[in-house]
Amino acid sequence: MYWGSLSEFLAMGGYGLYVWTSFVVTALCMGWEVLALWRRRAAAVAENRGLL
Amino acid sequence: MNFMGLNWSKYSAPQAFYPLAGSMIPWFAAVATLAITVGLYIGLLVAPTDFQQGDSYRIIFVHVPAAWMSMFLYVIMAVWAGLGLGLKARLSFMMSQAIAPTGAMFTFLALLTGAMWGKPTWGSWWVWDARLTSELILLFQYAGVMLLRTSIDDLRRADRASGVFVLVGVVNVPIIYFSVRWWNTLHQGASVSMTAAPKMAAMMLTAMLLMTFGFWMYSIAVVLARARCVILEREQLPSWSKPSSMPEVAEAR
Repeated sequence: MYWGSLSEFLAMGGYGLYVWTSFVVTALCMGWEVLALWRRRAAAVAENRGLL
Repeated sequence: MNFMGLNWSKYSAPQAFYPLAGSMIPWFAAVATLAITVGLYIGLLVAPTDFQQGDSYRIIFVHVPAAWMSMFLYVIMAVWAGLGLGLKARLSFMMSQAIAPTGAMFTFLALLTGAMWGKPTWGSWWVWDARLTSELILLFQYAGVMLLRTSIDDLRRADRASGVFVLVGVVNVPIIYFSVRWWNTLHQGASVSMTAAPKMAAMMLTAMLLMTFGFWMYSIAVVLARARCVILEREQLPSWSKPSSMPEVAEAR
């Protein structure tokens, strides 16, 4: 483990804003994509219920 | 087409591909989750700081994988579009269609995380440098192909038009990749290449490659899931259960 404390980890040597924005937005985008696909699939399955 | 004792051409039919894709998604998703978890652990918790850039360098663990995927997915999308145009196989166009949103998302993320890295290291969110500009053009290409597809009602015409658009645009990918060598850019040169030893510490490189592998497996899982949605949406037949008039039937065709 590189970090001494949690606050040190969150501060990222003063670059916390840039580092955490990058990681959080990436995670949000990927999570949103999975969720959107889940909903798109549910809608498509409902539309085709008679055929599947 | 026989290879490894399987008749692969069978899977060019959407109906055969649909269950195959469905059975592969959980595996790719599991491997992606594992690789990204370990990559994040090494990259954020174990790897030491950079002696020049401090901890801002940790953005590399999302920036480089996203940027690589943005270019790689475009090439794969173009390969599927080319196969579709050459073989007139609709599943190929469906795959091409399924890749575009994920590619666009990774292009956006590469640009955004790049801005987040540019501000502390260059002093600017954005510069009109060859690497950044060509990557921005890639985002417009992804947007363009998605808009072109939705603007044409006839599916076969939409397939062909967007396929040609994707194929023409593939010239931008080598421009992005080699831009740091061809022009004098603010963006740094490649840290990892096939021919030279990586210019990074082993632990940082491990984390970056794990994240890239994880993003790659994530992309496969997501694209397969979207391809299944596209198959369901495109292959649906006009419903026989509800009474339909002649114009309705004509429209459904």
